[in-house]
Amino acid sequence: MHIPDGYLSPSTCATLYALAASGWYSALGRVRRMLASRTIPLISVFAAFSFVVMMFNIPLPGGTTGHAIGVTVAAIVLGPSGSILAVSIALGIQALFFGDGGITTLGANCFNMAIIGSVVADAVYRLTAGHSEVHSRRRVWAAAIAGYASINAAALLTAFEFGIQPTLFHDASGTPLYAPYPLHIAIPAMMIGHLTFAGLAEAVISAGLVSYLQRSDIGLLHGVRATTGVPALESASSPLRLWWVIGILMLCTPLGVLATGTAWGEWSAADFANPEKRAKIEASSGQHAAPSSVPARLQKLSAIWTAPFPGYAPRFVKSTTFGYALSAMFGVGLLIMAGLVLSRFTKKARASESPS
Amino acid sequence: MSQDSFIETTMRAFTRAFSKALISERGANQPGLLQFLDPRVRVVGVLFLVVSVILCRKISVVAAVMALAVVIAVASRLSLWLLATRVWFVVLGFAGFIALPALFVTPGSPIFTVPGTHLAVSAQGLRTSALLILRVETAATLTTILVLCTSWTHILKALRSLHLPVEIVTMLAMTHRYVFLLIETASQMFESRQSRMVGQLAGPDRRRLMARTAGVLLSKSVELSHEVYLAMLSRGFDGEVHILSVLRLRVRDYLGMAAFLSVSCLAVWIGR
Repeated sequence: MHIPDGYLSPSTCATLYALAASGWYSALGRVRRMLASRTIPLISVFAAFSFVVMMFNIPLPGGTTGHAIGVTVAAIVLGPSGSILAVSIALGIQALFFGDGGITTLGANCFNMAIIGSVVADAVYRLTAGHSEVHSRRRVWAAAIAGYASINAAALLTAFEFGIQPTLFHDASGTPLYAPYPLHIAIPAMMIGHLTFAGLAEAVISAGLVSYLQRSDIGLLHGVRATTGVPALESASSPLRLWWVIGILMLCTPLGVLATGTAWGEWSAADFANPEKRAKIEASSGQHAAPSSVPARLQKLSAIWTAPFPGYAPRFVKSTTFGYALSAMFGVGLLIMAGLVLSRFTKKARASESPS
Repeated sequence: MSQDSFIETTMRAFTRAFSKALISERGANQPGLLQFLDPRVRVVGVLFLVVSVILCRKISVVAAVMALAVVIAVASRLSLWLLATRVWFVVLGFAGFIALPALFVTPGSPIFTVPGTHLAVSAQGLRTSALLILRVETAATLTTILVLCTSWTHILKALRSLHLPVEIVTMLAMTHRYVFLLIETASQMFESRQSRMVGQLAGPDRRRLMARTAGVLLSKSVELSHEVYLAMLSRGFDGEVHILSVLRLRVRDYLGMAAFLSVSCLAVWIGR
């Protein structure tokens, strides 16, 4: 699954580097904020473990063998943030020291295997394991399913990255400039091997490791906190950062102005009377003609409530962009107020229930 | 394939990793063109060349950069046979295998039909396959030359100079050190197991053996991280990482960087 240099276009590599960088930044931020200096050796040693496990030739049912990544067990023990860093470091050493996997495609490889692999492994493991006991058989199956799902999710993403190359990057004669196979070839070609061998290898090693840890080192299955005294890597994000994200999203709301036309199904009663809008409705509905008159129920219901900010722009505001930003602030403000009221009621209810 | 060959295959992979590391250290310590330059110039310069190869759309220009890479390798006193066995043959096999069907499935004007079949090679298919193989070969050759001519310590210093977060550089350094320790540990476990095996193992037993070895390695890894942490504390580690950097750019480094930059820009411009 390691993509070498030359298979992806520079813009694809740059995009995936940017996506991977946001994953690294977030993971590193959590590690810096939440953990003691002890995590540096812990993640480093886990990265070395992941590197060595990638060399293991795992026997599979049917007499064949396959290679795993070790991302699932890293996600189980370290949590997704630690796993993202550990597997990325392992992939970085493979590329920079051993020359395995490309330098320009390192972002893509880390995004596919370290970031998506870790997130999918963690989500599937938690979902499948549920609230079962740490030493239960269900955990072993959960690890196997998580391993299988994470590798196949990473492989599917890799196939997608390969498959879009000929469509997006070709010369005037139609010659593909990078990976030559379109999606309908790239996806089956990639997935056959991963659904049958690589996914199975990761499932075998993940299940085997969880089973081993249940018998010999169960503390690791509680996460790094239990064995090292280090707080869990996954913890509540900083409220300040959340406010920053909300602020940036509010400032980005005028991007909606760039979109042309009306979202399908979001037509107003007036749109049915406008011939130009009717033509657009027909075109966006697979050439099904719009009703000749305004549907009676729609006409009746639309008269019940008139929005204060129709079309995300209050009537007194001339600028559409400013109207969008103002609507965003208004909407966020309403939600915060609703949240505050709700939390006040909840606190009161809890206080009255508690025996004190 | 014998039933226990999975152990041998794994141990061969371990040996290959050791061998690659030793060859890299040896190549980095001998005098040569690339070794003559500052590691930062090497890393950035080779990265520029790799990016220019990826941006090139003309086979002739990619071939010219490949020729330049061979010249750099020779001037850096690298064995061409080593490059051939480590890069060229391997990439040709891998990229060639991937590129082969593209000859037939890429739509375009047919230039050759395989006798007795309806399989036609299109001009576009031939071009895309040739471009893909040559580009992958060139990029891999450049990366390998960099790896063979630069010690790991120098690569790390160069990365730190390029403002990679200090925690990442520290983790890369520590991981590199512990990879070999864990490889040695795993290798000893496999050797010890193999020396006690008389018959052949059944499929489930083989999988159990692998999982158990990986499990023991994981437990040892976590124990190792505790020991490393305590050792770091004993040396006065307080969470801050400092890297001694004595790299200074000289005139020849500026000239080298200018040469890398000029060639890369020229390649992109001609090959666009």
